[in-house]
Amino acid sequence: MIDTLRLTAEEALGLLERKAVSSAELHQAYLNAIGERDGELHCYLRTVEEAEGDGVPIALKDVISTKGLETTAGSKILAGYVPVFDATVAARCRAAGLPVIGKTNTDEFAMGSSTENSAYGPTHNPWDPTRVPGGSGGGTAAAVSAGLAPWGLGSDTGGSIKQPSALCGNVGLRPTYGTVSRYGVVAFASSLDQIGPVAKNVRDCARLYAIVAGKDPADSTTVDVPAVELPEAESLAGLRIGVPKEMNEAEGIEPGVSAAVQRAIELARELGAEVGECELPRSVEYGLACYYLIAPAEASSNLARYDGVRYGLRVDADTYYGMVERTRDAGFGDEPKRRIMLGTYALSAGYYDAYYGQAQRVRTLIAQEHAAAFERFDVLVSPTSPTVAFRLGEKAADPLAMYLSDLLTIPSCMAGLPGLNVPCGLSDGLPVGLQLIGPQLSENMLFRAGHALERALGFDPVPERLR
Amino acid sequence: MAITREEVLHVAKLASLELTDEEVGRLTGELSAILEAVSKVSELDLADVPPTAHPLELVNAWGEDEPRPSLPLGDVFANAPAREGDLFKVPPTA
Repeated sequence: MIDTLRLTAEEALGLLERKAVSSAELHQAYLNAIGERDGELHCYLRTVEEAEGDGVPIALKDVISTKGLETTAGSKILAGYVPVFDATVAARCRAAGLPVIGKTNTDEFAMGSSTENSAYGPTHNPWDPTRVPGGSGGGTAAAVSAGLAPWGLGSDTGGSIKQPSALCGNVGLRPTYGTVSRYGVVAFASSLDQIGPVAKNVRDCARLYAIVAGKDPADSTTVDVPAVELPEAESLAGLRIGVPKEMNEAEGIEPGVSAAVQRAIELARELGAEVGECELPRSVEYGLACYYLIAPAEASSNLARYDGVRYGLRVDADTYYGMVERTRDAGFGDEPKRRIMLGTYALSAGYYDAYYGQAQRVRTLIAQEHAAAFERFDVLVSPTSPTVAFRLGEKAADPLAMYLSDLLTIPSCMAGLPGLNVPCGLSDGLPVGLQLIGPQLSENMLFRAGHALERALGFDPVPERLR
Repeated sequence: MAITREEVLHVAKLASLELTDEEVGRLTGELSAILEAVSKVSELDLADVPPTAHPLELVNAWGEDEPRPSLPLGDVFANAPAREGDLFKVPPTA
């Protein structure tokens, strides 16, 4: 009997190495757990019955192309689309022997903060199924928390790994831009999109990062990545932690979230870290506006490829142009349409300089503010999400309220910085996430800091109602 | 920053979206609200700040210039809605 609820990837690896279980048995144990709990949670869009590989099974967000396995990005426009090649990250998982358990639910084209924008229905939070798991990677995050996968991969444009990890109470890394190949991953906003690991703890997260990170000739934005070190230390001696005032006092941060984060910062001090205040005034004030110009602009360009010609949905019409317009209206859901329209407008003649051009300058400002903070500090901390998991439907009708979910994750994304979510406690019985931001390529430092904190915090990642 | 119904229709044309009347009405309101919020970037005087298109300062990221086999045609057309011979088939442009 394998209890997938508590099993970490590292423990699963130990079981495999000692031949206590086979990969096929492990895979079956996860399929059984999915059979038991995924009817309620809807983490998976599809599962794979036969284990391919002799390693620890993995869940892949459905924006990651998997050869021979339908990949929809949560959109009707890609219903039935079966990739003829693997994304580099999927190929790396296969090469490492990790069998794919299934493809996880996502907001359509990874656009959203609740997974409610999936064309295939929402995912539910394992801590409270009346609440959202966050998004866009709610499927992967909820699956890891509910014991339906030991680990998984997500994608993050403005918070889609970190925010669901915060709302589901697990560890998610948005790596430095360029460390993980985007080849074969359905594109949203190419200057922001990053693939990253989600796991039950920091060591598992580091292990999976080590498998997928590295330069890829098929993605010219990838860089050489320092060797990944599995974190061991339990002390934070010598670590300089900056607490950006605006990120910790922003309007909309729930008191329970603030309290849990404050306790984690106190604990960091007890573990030997030096803690000081710093400022990111314009990053927080203008970050969201900057993001909601740049990301939709890039999305409007990336999503132009869905034209009913080479793959995906086609709705017939008498003319080519009519076919393209009908296909796109029928295939895209409300959120992709909103962002395509917003991005097209921001890039259109007469508005380009005022919107897209200005947003690109704000982006420089955000990078400069973070660089200045890193002259004094090794890592910056804040809540990952201003709130705990909210109720399904609560923000669905108000796009701007939904966009505010990413207020604290967006600024570092604009600067290409890595960010780690570590669960740091509960508020009203729901997980609170601590966000650790480091300079580019500082993943090893984030793992060390996150690991030491995680050990001291002693957060139980299994949802109370499933214990 | 209000956007008009005519502008929504114009942008929809640019974006190749045949929106329904209901969608045009809803998007006119939603986009006006979102544009008002994102117009906040114009408060800053950034004439002296260079734009950032990309978070990494990568220069000359060349690939090896070596011929490789292309995808087999069977794969290329595997997901095509319509094919005629070795071509993607679409309705006439006019």
